This record gives sequence, C-alpha cells and structure tokens, in this order.
Amino acid sequence: MAQKKGHRSLSSDDPEELARVPLQAVLLADSFATKFRPITLERPKVLLPLVNAPMIDYTLAWLESVGVEEAFVFCCAHSQQVKDYLNKSQWMKQPGTFTVQPIESHDSISAGDALRVIYNLGVICGDFVLVSGDTISNMSLKEALQEHKERRKKDPLAVMTMVIKHSKPSSLTHQTRLGNDEILMAIDPDTKELLYYEDKTDQSQRFITLDKMLLASTPTLHLHNDKQDCYIDICSPEVLSLFTDNFDYQHLRRHFVKGLLVDDLMGYKIFTHEIHSSYAARIDNFRSYDTISKDIIQRWTYPMVPDVQYFGNCSQMKLDRLGIYKAPEVDQSRTAQIRAFSLIGNGTAIGDHSVISNSVIGQSCTIGRNVSIQGSYIWDNVIIEDDCKLSHALVCDGVHLRAGVVLEPGVILSFKVEVGQKIVIPAYSKVSLLPQPSKQDSDEELEYADANSGVVESPSITSIANTRNVDPVPDSPDAEHSDTSEVGISGVGYIWSTTEGGHEEEWRHSIAPIPAEKLMEFCLSAHTDLGVSNQDVNSLPASGELQLDSESTGFDDGEDYKDSADFEKEVEATFQRVLAGVNPENVILEINSLRLSYDMSHADCAGSLFYSIMKSALSAPFSSNLSFGNLI
Amino acid sequence: MMDFQVVVLAGGTAKKLAPLVSKEVPKALLPVANRPVLSYVLELLESSNLKDLIVVVEGEDAALRVGGWISGAYVDRLHVEVAAVPEDVGTAGALRAVAHHLTANDVLIVSGDLVSDVPPGAVAATHRRHGAVVTTLLCYAPVSGPSDTGSSAGKDKVKKSRYNIVGLDPTRQLLLHIAAGAEVEKDIRVQKNILRAVGQLEIRADLMDAHMYAFKRTVLQDVLDQKDTFHSIRQDVLPYLVRTQLRSEISANGLHKVEDNANGRVSSQNYVTWMSQHREIAPSAYQELLALSPRSPENALRTHKCCAYIASKSKYCARLNSIQAFSDINRDVVGEASHLSGYSFSSQNNIIHPSAELGSKTTVGPQCMLAEGSQMGDKCSVKRSIIGRHCRIGSNVKIVNSVVMNHVTIEDGCLVQGSVICSNVHLQERVVLKDCQISPM
Repeated sequence: MAQKKGHRSLSSDDPEELARVPLQAVLLADSFATKFRPITLERPKVLLPLVNAPMIDYTLAWLESVGVEEAFVFCCAHSQQVKDYLNKSQWMKQPGTFTVQPIESHDSISAGDALRVIYNLGVICGDFVLVSGDTISNMSLKEALQEHKERRKKDPLAVMTMVIKHSKPSSLTHQTRLGNDEILMAIDPDTKELLYYEDKTDQSQRFITLDKMLLASTPTLHLHNDKQDCYIDICSPEVLSLFTDNFDYQHLRRHFVKGLLVDDLMGYKIFTHEIHSSYAARIDNFRSYDTISKDIIQRWTYPMVPDVQYFGNCSQMKLDRLGIYKAPEVDQSRTAQIRAFSLIGNGTAIGDHSVISNSVIGQSCTIGRNVSIQGSYIWDNVIIEDDCKLSHALVCDGVHLRAGVVLEPGVILSFKVEVGQKIVIPAYSKVSLLPQPSKQDSDEELEYADANSGVVESPSITSIANTRNVDPVPDSPDAEHSDTSEVGISGVGYIWSTTEGGHEEEWRHSIAPIPAEKLMEFCLSAHTDLGVSNQDVNSLPASGELQLDSESTGFDDGEDYKDSADFEKEVEATFQRVLAGVNPENVILEINSLRLSYDMSHADCAGSLFYSIMKSALSAPFSSNLSFGNLI
Repeated sequence: MMDFQVVVLAGGTAKKLAPLVSKEVPKALLPVANRPVLSYVLELLESSNLKDLIVVVEGEDAALRVGGWISGAYVDRLHVEVAAVPEDVGTAGALRAVAHHLTANDVLIVSGDLVSDVPPGAVAATHRRHGAVVTTLLCYAPVSGPSDTGSSAGKDKVKKSRYNIVGLDPTRQLLLHIAAGAEVEKDIRVQKNILRAVGQLEIRADLMDAHMYAFKRTVLQDVLDQKDTFHSIRQDVLPYLVRTQLRSEISANGLHKVEDNANGRVSSQNYVTWMSQHREIAPSAYQELLALSPRSPENALRTHKCCAYIASKSKYCARLNSIQAFSDINRDVVGEASHLSGYSFSSQNNIIHPSAELGSKTTVGPQCMLAEGSQMGDKCSVKRSIIGRHCRIGSNVKIVNSVVMNHVTIEDGCLVQGSVICSNVHLQERVVLKDCQISPM
C-alpha cells in the first residue's frame, strides 16, 4: 500500500509540473436520501426547480464559474431524466472549456458506490471537486484549491479539503437554519486540520469526548459547534481509491470522514477551508429548500439570482422594489397584491384580491380570486381556484386545487395531485399520486426500481383518479379503497402517512416555521435538562486527586460490573436451556463463546455457572438428573 | 486595591518535598536564592498593593515558625495574620478554617509556593471587570526545558506531562472547561451545552493553573459550606464552578445581586441571540416566547461567569511543589528570571556577598550566588549553584548545578553535582554527590 501511495503521489505531482491537469469535478446527481419524498419518486431531486431553475443548473453554473473544465455528472435514480435534461440543456451543447459528461449507474445506493464506480472508470486524473447536484454556491475556489495543492506538496497524506462556513445552530432545536443537525468539529487552529467530526449528535449525550491523543501533537484545538458543512470537498485522487479499498464506506461524512479521522494507521488527513463572505449551502431537506430559496431571492447568492442570466434561463425577470421578481408576461389583476420577496413566473395569471407574499410561483400557473399564498412554493402549471389559502406549502407541477382548499403549513403536494373543494389538508401532510411505499421496502431499492421503470406514466394516474382514495389510518397505507376522501370529491392522490418516528422529525425539516408550541417545549426541556445535568454534575464524586482516581476506577468498575452482570445473566439463561433439554455439548460451546465475547476469564465462567447451578438447585431441588459437572 | 482580601496558602511540611522540608524548615521557608519561598509571594502581593493578608499554614509548629519569620521580615510593610490549620485538610479545608475571617467582597487566594512576576492586581482587575465568581491565573506551562532528564527524551516527548486541559471562549477570557489532576491524562470530555452556548471553544494543553484565584467571597463560602467533601480548590472547587456555570446552583443570598449586575447581562445576551434566531424561523412563536420570557426569577437560568487571566509568555511562573521544581526555580531565579531575586548581579552575572571569602584560584561562575559569611578554600569551582550563609567549604571542591543551604560544611576535594544540601550538613573529605538530596534530619 505504501508503495502504491508513493507512486500515486509522484504521478499526481509530476504532471502538475509538466503538463497542466484540467480541474475536474464530480457532481453527484443523486442525494441517496429520501428526504424529498414523495416528489423524488417521480423526478430526481437535482431537477427540482429552485426559484424556477433546476437545482443542478446552479451547481453546474457554479462549477463553471470556478474554473472546472470537466464535470462528471453521476446519475443513478431517474438517470434517464437527468441525462435527457442535460442533453436538452445548454451545458452539453456549449463549446468552450466546460464539458459536462454524464455517468450512469443503476446499482449504486450510496455516495460511496458512486465514487467506486467513478474510480473504476478511471476518468479522474488529478485533484477534483466533489459536490452533489443540489449545492448552491458563489464562492471562489481559488484560495481553497491553492491551499489544498500546497498542502499536498508538503504532505501527500492531506487528501481532502472540506469547505465550512460559520452558522450557529439554534440552541433549542440544535439545528441550523438550513435544517441540518448541528455538527461538532474539532479543528487545529494553525493547520486547519480537521481532528474530529460529529454529525447526528446524540442529544442524550451531554459530553463530547475527544481522544487525549488529539492534543499530543498540537497544544491547542478549537471545538466548533458554530460551523456548517457546505458539502463542497476538494479531493485528491486517493479519495477514490480509499473508497475502493474500504468497500464498506457508504456515506461521505459518516463513513469516509469519520473513518479517516479514526484511522491513525494510514494517517490520511482532512483539512478545512472556511469561507466568510461568499455563499455555499446544500439543499438537504425541505427546510433548506425554503431557506435557500429565500437566500436566492434576497440575493445572497449573487450572481445566481433570478434576474441575472447566469445560465440559459430565458425568462427576463424584472426585479422590483422589496425583492419582488416578475416575469414579463404576468397577468395580474389590478386588485391582486404581490408582497415582498416573491417571484412570479412567466405566463402566470393572478385573479382579483389574491395576495401573494414570500412565495415563489412558477410558470403558466393560474391563480383564482381571493387566494392567499404565503411562504409557499408553487411550481409550474398549477391551477389554484378561488378562495384557496396556502401557507408554507410546496406545490409541484400540474397540481389542481379546487375552490376553497386550505393547505396548512408544511404540506407537500406532489405532481398532478388534485384536491377537491373546501378540503383542508392538515399540516405536514404529503400528498402524491403514488401510493406510499410499504415499510419493508428498503428506501433505496425502491428509488432504483423507479429509476429503472422511468417516470410514472399517465395511465396510472387515471386509474387512481377513480379510486380517489385516502387513508385515514396512518399505519395501513394499503387500505386503498376506503371512501373517506381527504383530498375531496374529484380529488386525486394519496395522503402519505408519516412514517413511524418520522412525525417527530416532520416539523424539523418542513418548509413551515417551527411551531411555537415546539419552541416552548424545547425551551422548557432545556431548563429541565440543565437541571438534570446539574444533578449529574453533583453526583460526580468530587474531591482531590485520589478521589478522582477512585472515581475513574469506580466508573470503570461500574461498567465492568454491568458487563459481568450481563454475562452472568446470559450464562444463567444458557444454563437454563440445559435443564430445558438442549444438548450440553452445545451449551458448553455457547458458554465458551459467551466467555470470549465478554472477555471473561475461566474463573468468571465457572463462578457464574456455579451461581446458576445453585440458583436452579434452590428453585427446583429434586427435579434434575443432569450432571452439571461436565459443563464446567 | 480596595476590598480584596488575600489568603496565602503556605502549606505545611509537604511530604513531596522530603527531605528538604522538616519541622524546622516548613515548605514556606525553603530558600530560593537564599530567601524563603514565601517572600516571593508576599513581595509580589505587596507590589500590587495587597497588604492585608491571611497566611494559612498547616501545623501549629510550622505556623509558629512562619509567623515568626514574617513578623520579623515584614513588620512594618504588611498586615499579616497567620492561621494554623490541621495537616491534610487540603486547600479547601484550609479555606474553610479561615472562612469566618473573610469579609471583603472578593478574595484572592494564592499558593505560598508560587514564584512569579505576574501581577496579582491584573488578576484581580480581570475578576472585577467581568464580575466573575472565580478568575484563575493561567500561565504557559514550562516546556520541559533543558533539565537533566533529557537523556530519555524520546519516551518523554510522547508522554509530555500536562498540567491542565483548559477550555476557553474565543476571546480567551472565559474559562469554560478545566481538567485537573488525574483527569488530565484521560480523554477530554467537554460539556455540549457549554459549547453550544459559545459556539466555539478553544482547548489548550499548554496552559497551567498557577494557583492564583480571585473568588467572589459569598460564592466561595457557599461552595465550601455546601460541598463538604470538596478537598482541593484546584481539583474540586474550581472544576465545580466551571462545570455549573450555565446553571448556577450557588444559593441565593450572595449571588442574586451579582446576577443582576453582571451575569444577568450575559445570560440575557445569549437569550437574545437565540431569540433573534427564532424570530427568523418562527415569527409567531417569537411573540409568544417573548410573552413567556424567562425573566421571572424562578424561570430564569442563572448563570455565573468563570474567567481566566492568561499571563503573557514572557512572565515567569513556577510553583515550588517538587524537588525538581526546587532545583529549577533556584536555578532560574539567579539565571533567566534573575529579576525575581531582588539582588543586584555583578559584572560576572553572579552575586557574591561582600562578606564572603574566596580562596586563591577559586572561581565562581555566572548564575551563581554566594551568600554572606561563607568561606571557600583554594582552587574551588562553583557553577550555576547557590550557596547559603555561613558555609565553610574546603579546597578543591567542585559544586555544579546545586543548592547548598546555610551553615553547611564541605571539606576538601568534594564533588557536588545536581544536588541539594540542606542546612547544617557536614560533608567530609572527598565526598562525591550526584543528584542527591542531603538533609541532617
């Protein structure tokens, strides 16, 4: 391995000096997640419109702007759609230095698989930028690339540079404004080396435990919980081979980054680059969709704003005061109001007395009279009839809301759903023409199945239209033909039940603002939590050095004790099975394996066996004829 | 410096320092460049105009001796009360014993074995400025410098001995985490809620708790009362206060006032920060939260502030708590930290008392000290060593890297290297000592 490494670093160094290596990028056009269900059942996430342009356009435009010359678009789920889109778009057509090349795979279920596929293709020849197709950024990569290259020259083990940005998570919900979970990182302040990375923090754990060896090489380190991972990585080619060597690496952060940090055998290092004034964020969930849309409308992502033609969006958006963007052909009634931070797409008609605020409306939508749309995202060709009320909802292409429909906060209406008159869709509901996949289906597999079968054809829609079913019992989504039409007479679609435990998370990742009750709840629990933590602090035996020592051993003993108690229980249970008639030979084997797995000695084994013998002897004095001796 | 009471914890006859300490010479009176080590602290305090002191000594005998020396040396300069406490009560116990003497708003607690030029006034000022419940002096830990144990450096470097693990906020003023004693060698465990409150926490292993603390008196007394198992300030009281700073438990009487002035501000600042975050995410919720805002006392999270004063790298800071430290400090005080000794050095960069007598061809090198009334024979050589008062040293004696206390007799041809020779020791002819500690007891 060492040889291989040396060879690699040479081969990547030399051409850099001899011949210029074009800057390459790998764009993962599949998030390998299901957070945008049910929408992503029909369309890949990277093609979902973000302020009326597909997400992937933002990412590609950014890659082009930072000087990437070759971008490999890795598509997996709905790969045909992605390829079709790219073929139609100007990215494939334009001459010039930026080339986009799709890579298709059908059996990748994770970022790790994707990178392994790319490694096997052998197309990457130097440092490359790794992003997913839902990244919005306007940062310049120059500095980060420079840093990365210089580090690589000094230390070939510095394989990756991660881009991070300041963003303090809420102290109540422990998530950032993008709806991501808080991240705990330890960074060496001088070298910017990443020393520790923890996402998905366990909230019950009140301590971060850092290996003492982290401070062996450097006297200081900075612990951050106020940084956001932008999911933009500058990688060396080794990264790909590392994924190949460690075939169990799936997730970029959870497996790869953590694996590298934990593994001190190979000594690979990851560094960070913090950006301050530029923008970089990834759309991970509906909340980040909402946040980033607002950021775009409020022009934090300049030049990637709707009124600048940074890529071939032909519509000439016009920016009015208060952040109102309007396409040239909007048919707006005189009495309709469009309030601050809204965008209206081309060919949309808005009826009398309708009010739109903080919302994005797509192209060719028809909005009736007295409609109120607040904080919502309406995609293309949507028909909203009179007197509807939408707040903080996401409405996909071709949806039809009949008169008087109310969408409560957090509602997601997938493609071509129809909602009948005066129906109130409860908060956080997800409505789709496709039935909810049953639970035993692994999420990924299903997405792939869809990917293979392509888009759902319209016949299936009509067939469902007749059943106009809805499912009142959350746990039996397959009860299709019940006639309680929650989407109303002439409505079409299934209301997805929230999955188990999913409901808890629903509000976290929704477009809707966090409800007040939730915040109060957190506020109160923060108090009680602290109370508990204090009790804990008090219960720490406190006293001088000796006591501290004894505390530690006491603690360890505690664990030991627990372990040995477990062990005893297991042995006892195993022993009981002899009495129940299992072959003693097998039991001996089992107990031996128990001993090994708990790392116990023979004496412990004999002790706990003796204990179980005595115990069973006590409880059943004369019943057993088995000889126990041979067990020990 | 108004309203600061000073407690000097002068220790007793520390077992760690045997055989240097004895009933006659308690730790506080160990000579550093021929002055009791306690004099360094007392003069440091005096220089910050802190003249109202309580010196706590373990053991009645030791207290008598220390008291006797102080009243002789500082009769007009300082107002010192010497209190005796039983041995092995620990620093917390020592403070408990004198707690009823404390009346000022703030108390400065200094270890009597500190040899430093960090002004205590700066620590006190930091304490006052932040309205902290405790402020501790942190100084850069001595890099395990050119000490004699360099031979086994390879191994030592890996297991660099640490003094403390310290967590600071980005401004390096708040003390957010501290690990002392045995905890230092374990994995670092940082409280998440504290990290969340500050966002960024700097963890350092190169700082040392120098045993100079400014405490809010009421808080100190409360903690000492309530936590009767606490034994040590450094390992119990300070870590406890640091741990609980986001949820102060220190009971009402003293702290309420402070909260209103100083700490209330901090907590409300934090509060405002997250409130404003939530205003963006959830405007409606914000209003309701405002209505229910935890301003009412029973709802409020009470916090207190723990601060740190970090001495600059150029300052000298060492504690005489081991034999190694004793030798090092003696060497430094006539060497690189010579401004601490208070003596004026000759052009050869050494101090030879006028009353000392040197034989012919006897050389005393730089960074040496030869105190009054000592006599040396012919052809002697002294390098980087300190020789006390009224010593009689024969001819052909070599003394290198050593400390010789008072009234020591060394006969001809001795070689003393890296050793400490206590008072009244008699070395006969041609004794060779290397890395020894010799005491008559």
